[in-house]
Amino acid sequence: MFSVISNNSFVIAQVGIAAVVWFLLQISAAVMVYFERKVCAWLQQRVGPNRVGKAGLLQPIADVVKLLFKEELRPAAADPWLFALAPIISATAAFAAFAVVPFGGSTTLFGLLSEPLPLHVADVNVAVLVVFAITSMGVYGIVLAGWSSNSKYSLLGALRSSAQMISYELSYGMALAAVLVLANSMSLRDIVNAQSGSLLGIPQFRWFVFLNPLGFLLFFIAGIAETNRAPFDFPEAEQELVAGYHTEYSSMSFGMFFLAEYINMVTVSAVTTDLFLGGWWFPGVPESLGWLVFLFKISVLLFFYLWMRWSLPRYRYDQLMSFGWKVMLPASVLNVIATAAAVLYFGL
Amino acid sequence: MPSLNDYLILSAVLFTIGTAGVFVRRNLITILLSIEIMLNAVNLSFVAFGRAFGTVEGQIIVFFVMTVAAAEAAVGLAIVIALFRHRESLNPDAFTALKW
Amino acid sequence: MLFYFFGALAVIASLLVIAQRNPVYSVLLLITSFGALSGLYVLLDAPFAAAIQIIVYAGAIMVLFLFVVMLLNTPHEDTDADEKTHPMLRPGPMRFGAAMAVALLGELAWALSRSGPSSTFSNTPVTSLSAIGYTLFTDYAFQFEVTSVLILVAMVGAVLMARREDQPGEKR
Repeated sequence: MFSVISNNSFVIAQVGIAAVVWFLLQISAAVMVYFERKVCAWLQQRVGPNRVGKAGLLQPIADVVKLLFKEELRPAAADPWLFALAPIISATAAFAAFAVVPFGGSTTLFGLLSEPLPLHVADVNVAVLVVFAITSMGVYGIVLAGWSSNSKYSLLGALRSSAQMISYELSYGMALAAVLVLANSMSLRDIVNAQSGSLLGIPQFRWFVFLNPLGFLLFFIAGIAETNRAPFDFPEAEQELVAGYHTEYSSMSFGMFFLAEYINMVTVSAVTTDLFLGGWWFPGVPESLGWLVFLFKISVLLFFYLWMRWSLPRYRYDQLMSFGWKVMLPASVLNVIATAAAVLYFGL
Repeated sequence: MPSLNDYLILSAVLFTIGTAGVFVRRNLITILLSIEIMLNAVNLSFVAFGRAFGTVEGQIIVFFVMTVAAAEAAVGLAIVIALFRHRESLNPDAFTALKW
Repeated sequence: MLFYFFGALAVIASLLVIAQRNPVYSVLLLITSFGALSGLYVLLDAPFAAAIQIIVYAGAIMVLFLFVVMLLNTPHEDTDADEKTHPMLRPGPMRFGAAMAVALLGELAWALSRSGPSSTFSNTPVTSLSAIGYTLFTDYAFQFEVTSVLILVAMVGAVLMARREDQPGEKR
């Protein structure tokens, strides 16, 4: 039966892998919900949720059920079309950005398929630009949410959040440009394969984080600011702005924003892993098991996200913006120039 | 398989829609949006010609046109904000100070 | 087939842009029109143009427009008497303008139909991204630098013009 499927058409494989990726992203959002609260608890020397299911493992399901049963409210003066459209844009942009991210070498699903299936939804030769483009469309979800709610907290939060996102997109793009100088290609699969060389005699270790550590730092910090996570989460700070742009949302619309934020975190971690941490290469691990390595690396980065949220104080908005424009942008421009000079001089 | 003429006709239609928008609308921001439609129509014809002749100049000119459009939109919107501060209106008919 | 879909989407979205009363809806419809144009660029084997169309136009310029629309919160552009009639149906300069636009379309269609037999796209090799970069930085390097100066000038000009006027005698 499997041979019928695998011999049959390219379309089935394509749809299959898109469905698998979508399903895995949903699961990763649920896992993130659970681990956010658990890591927060461990950092604060508590236990965290442990009532629902064994060791609290069914907590995400409880959260989803709670959100589904809440009443769906809409302020009377809110624009109905835009109010409904905003969470859709946020969630769609978050999921769509993962469509061009490769997460493993080719696999034959342990021998079931007749020919190896490359682990990505789409391999575009301008994948880096596509990720950048779709992430910048995510700004609209926030702006429209704040505008259509017709409330001052929402509008302020939305304007601040979108200004922050587009300011940090500049450093994001510049750090990306440094990687493009090193890898000579815009396709994420080619960039990952360019990191499979050997460094200091260790095979499959030529990760760009070792060749360009400043770029990695800038990219990761810009990614945190892009996803509106702490310490850059002033626009949705619970203490200052009554939850910012999603103040007026309840039930599943709020759930969609929540989901979009976690999926954005996963996507930024995945892109950082592909660009800087060597993707699915690890010395000694064969390429067919690369997806496990990829999963491990994403987990490390996501743990960093959670760790930073619960241990660092929040940046004030003007400190945040001045950091982005006066520190990160010059640093990323200098990083590009230095990387280009190093490639020319050292022949990297 | 669409031919070059199909793309050019589409570009002409979009350009005309943009022009109609500039003439018909009485809101400064919508006029600026119609100008953006016209610039995009021109971009489309550039890329279509670039593909037809197999050169790379089509996309390069598109790059420059987009940059110029961004600069023009920024300055145009700054002017609109400054005008709005004076007259509290976005209707171009309200700015008649230079009329004789 | 995709050409007709994206083309129709672009035309319909642009028509709705100039027909909408609420400027926020106009901006959003223009974003969908840009998305359709980006799809057309992909069909024309220009993925770079498609990507920067979304990044620059739909992702940056339209955000700027949206900010300005939200800042200058005027939902109604006309007096109450004009509210009753749709902008397309009002007498005077508007009807003349619409007629001019239709005349322009007729002229363009005439010119294009006389340009000879329509040529299908030949199978010329697809230009690669590195070719674009190479040409941009060697043949067009001067224009590239001038464009960056242009952006600087536009930034300074925009900040200067949108600055709030101070009371006379106040130091800035």
